Amino acid sequence: MKRVYAKEEWCLGCHLCEYQCAFANSGLKNMVYALKGKKINPRIQVEGDNKISLAVQCRHCDEPLCVYGCISGALSKDENGTVVIDTEKCVGCFTCILSCPYGAIMPSDDHKAVQKCQLCLNNSVGEPACVKGCPNRALVYEEIPD
Amino acid sequence: MVRDYLYPEYEVVRDRDKCIACRVCERQCANEVHRYDEELEKMTADSSKCVNCHRCVCLCPTHALKIVKSDHTFKVNANWTNEAISDVIRQAGTGATLLASMGNPQEYPVYWDKMLINASQVTNPSIDPLREPMETRTYLGKKPHKIERDKKGDIVPNTPPRIELSTPIMFSAMSYGSISYNAHASLARAAQELGILYNTGEGGLHKDFYKYGPNTIVQVASGRFGVYEDYLNAGAAIEIKMGQGAKPGIGGHLPGAKIVGDISRTRMIPEGTDAISPAPHHDIYSIEDLRQLVFSLKEACDYKKPVIVKIAAVHNVAAIASGIARSGADIIAIDGYRGGTGAAPKRIRDNVGIPIELALASVDQRLRDEGIRGDVSVVVGGSIRNSADIVKAIALGADAVYIATSALLALGCHLCRSCQAGKCNWGIATQVPELVRRLNPDDGAERLVNLVNAWTHEIKEMMGGMGINSIEALRGNRLMLRGIGLNEKELEILGIKHAGE
Amino acid sequence: MNYDYLIIGNSTAAVGCIEGIRAVDDQGSVCVVTDENYRVYGRPLISYILWGKTTEEKALEYRPADFYEKNNVELILGVKATKIDPKKKTVALSNGETIGYSRLLCATGSRPFVPPMGGLETVEKKFNFMTMDDAKALDEAVTEDSRVLIIGAGLIGLKCAEGISGKTRNIKVVDLADRILPSILDKKGSEIVQKYIEEQGVEFYLNNSAAKLENGKATLKNGEEIEFDVLVVAVGVRANTELVAEAGGEVNRGIVTDLRCETTLKDVYAAGDCAESYDITTDTSRVLALLPNAYKQGYAAGVNMAGGDKPYDDAMPMNAIGFFGLHVITAGSYDGEEVVSGEGNVYKKLVIKDNKLVGYIMIGDILRAGIYTRLIREQIPLDEVDYELMLSRPAEMIFPKAVRANDVGGAKL
Repeated sequence: MKRVYAKEEWCLGCHLCEYQCAFANSGLKNMVYALKGKKINPRIQVEGDNKISLAVQCRHCDEPLCVYGCISGALSKDENGTVVIDTEKCVGCFTCILSCPYGAIMPSDDHKAVQKCQLCLNNSVGEPACVKGCPNRALVYEEIPD
Repeated sequence: MVRDYLYPEYEVVRDRDKCIACRVCERQCANEVHRYDEELEKMTADSSKCVNCHRCVCLCPTHALKIVKSDHTFKVNANWTNEAISDVIRQAGTGATLLASMGNPQEYPVYWDKMLINASQVTNPSIDPLREPMETRTYLGKKPHKIERDKKGDIVPNTPPRIELSTPIMFSAMSYGSISYNAHASLARAAQELGILYNTGEGGLHKDFYKYGPNTIVQVASGRFGVYEDYLNAGAAIEIKMGQGAKPGIGGHLPGAKIVGDISRTRMIPEGTDAISPAPHHDIYSIEDLRQLVFSLKEACDYKKPVIVKIAAVHNVAAIASGIARSGADIIAIDGYRGGTGAAPKRIRDNVGIPIELALASVDQRLRDEGIRGDVSVVVGGSIRNSADIVKAIALGADAVYIATSALLALGCHLCRSCQAGKCNWGIATQVPELVRRLNPDDGAERLVNLVNAWTHEIKEMMGGMGINSIEALRGNRLMLRGIGLNEKELEILGIKHAGE
Repeated sequence: MNYDYLIIGNSTAAVGCIEGIRAVDDQGSVCVVTDENYRVYGRPLISYILWGKTTEEKALEYRPADFYEKNNVELILGVKATKIDPKKKTVALSNGETIGYSRLLCATGSRPFVPPMGGLETVEKKFNFMTMDDAKALDEAVTEDSRVLIIGAGLIGLKCAEGISGKTRNIKVVDLADRILPSILDKKGSEIVQKYIEEQGVEFYLNNSAAKLENGKATLKNGEEIEFDVLVVAVGVRANTELVAEAGGEVNRGIVTDLRCETTLKDVYAAGDCAESYDITTDTSRVLALLPNAYKQGYAAGVNMAGGDKPYDDAMPMNAIGFFGLHVITAGSYDGEEVVSGEGNVYKKLVIKDNKLVGYIMIGDILRAGIYTRLIREQIPLDEVDYELMLSRPAEMIFPKAVRANDVGGAKL
């Protein structure tokens, strides 16, 4: 399946992907309205400093430990292999946060459920906003054959 | 000193309503203009540090930033301009030569903009380049004076070594050192994909780029940095750099602080030593001396590579070109006074040299007059800004053009003219690793390919309009040009008629 | 009736097993037998149902409505398996029928352990807290005026307290131990969580026990008396090992299995709360009654039952649990050198042994805990990671460049 890959060599640590992510998942049409005065809680997280940095988000693992351990069935793999979250079912037990080897699942703003990267397939952007907004092609959305 | 304070020439303007304080501007500005004030919980900007490179403007996700020219001014004076006054104050404070970069920005005439291109109407049909073949392939090098045949009547292959270009455009010399590894990687990859050539400049050739040899011109300059046998044989041609349009008559100086790591290895000089390119080649004081170097280089590569001699466009350029043509060089490259540089004394850049349009016209005419035009190809550079400039250059007699500033613009340069500071926010004119990383060659090469392809399309459109289907038929075809707003002398030098004639 | 695959039990291990089987064999016949009357539900959800964070309907969507149909599974509800005959390869059922199998999974789970307590039989409203039916009965019994006494300050007892807290905050918890959640927390962690839960109105009687019970009143070991309307016994659980034990299979506290999840009886597998697994953090075999382990063990069993080869070799204790909004994540063993940090309700303890992270506790700030879990699960030598960064926070950056490139960059190690 197509995944978002982060190329550390080209990551500038600018954090734009985080803002694009937060905007894309805000459901709002204007970034200023969506993000001004708010602390963002993006599904992609930039680590490191301005020397070495790297953006991490859900890897959509072939053996998804988060799905295996989910107590409510809220996390599942869809037919394309994307690990998706049903926030209606999620009770916020955070077993997935315990399980995810990449630290790519985090509590939603209200802590009632978790949130994770769903490749923007569930929002109006329709393709990963982080990739679209990356100024240096440090994020790519592609399929790498096994 | 307090009395040396000069109000910033450009100011950062932030739309507070739009700013979401994401701090991308802060992270991206190597000049440390932007800062988040924790107490005010707002972004602030120090315009005095701003070089107007637009990195923050481009990356701001809400487009909350713009840079404006300050309306702060001295008393308006047509003679003592703001720039003239500021320069004096600066020099009174420092006692130093003013440094500048990129091409001459002063208000001299741009002759490209005073020439108009012809188009066919009724009597000879124009050609639709989308429907009919349109040839832009260009060969550079000497042309044999006559066709030789053997006893059987077959043609003897006596063509001297040549360069083949898919389109009459090359990337001109920019050294590894003056620009970054990733900028070089972008140029090299793009040249390969486009079927054209890029030029190493005088900094040698990084080992990673030897694989792009067939699309590389290796340069030999007065400092002879990184020159050795393998280097000379690595490229498709060798260029002797005698001069540069941005700083005719003077050499170059890359400070020792920048001679580190791969740059030191590639230039083949010890880390930390200044890389000084002397003003002249110390072994060239005449055309005869130049001829010796031309043939030394040809000898070194078994006469398989054409040799280019690059000069700055200066007052007696036609006579100099004539001499070069007779030195055995295969190609003459002429760099006009608008040509760029990574660093040059401001007074030199702004006051020395002549426009490439005039230089080209007079060189082409002189070589024709002397019957030696076929002995050399002529390549011109020094501010080719678009495809129309190229069409005009070729009609004036150029075989091909060199582009560099345009190429850098494609790579992200916003012509802030601060290369000499070494903190290029676009990852081009810098060696700071975290800045160099900002230019991903995947992106850079693609943008260069886009630019050259777009221009080639436009060249074909204009050729088609003129009813010309081969770039060869445009070359030196000055009837395709008319002057506008030019005086008799200018028209005479350019060898064109005035519009309406 | 004969099935290629027979599964006793219908909870997480069973689901894992079905999905494991179907990953290898999409043809073989599968039958699930359960004594409950529900399709599969997320068992730990029962406290969230009480609390109102989810509903019974949603809990029953642990797997989609067409899960059994889509996986071509025969589901027999409300019937208990009473006997395994490993020689004939049959299982006797409480309805008198006998089912044959080629491969059997015993996923019988566990049941509440009720210690002898004098007078327990006199208490009218007494409950366990293990199943949907337990939760429903408790929900019916508890009103806004109820005084609730919970015996047991472990995971089940405290989740029960949280569950009913929406109705009443008159909750008292008694435990023999001198601190709460002793199975997953250290002393400091217990203190933080206890204090926090107490702030929500729950009272603890620790180092104590119900010496005597009457209907409506408990007399504690120290003499104190507690009046209550509803009693919940949540002292602990016992693995349901009898079926395998009686059939001659080896059983300790749980059913003994090998790394392929097979019991000592041929073609009989076991997974979930009834079975033991090999805990990599203590180097021992033990019951790890946790949902993620149940799934993974069930899945591995399913793959192996269907002829695949999948060792279940990375089990360890791990818990993610929250009480009234305070979140706790723990994993591994606490036997080793400790590195402790945090203040207030935020607490972190990393336990390091032989150049490896073997366990951790995170309270309050649990972000990206899974990276620590990975260090334990993959037994990554700590001299291969950025040790200082690892101590300060869980991050992908702690791993070497090549690992990072493999993890997120699409490069192959």
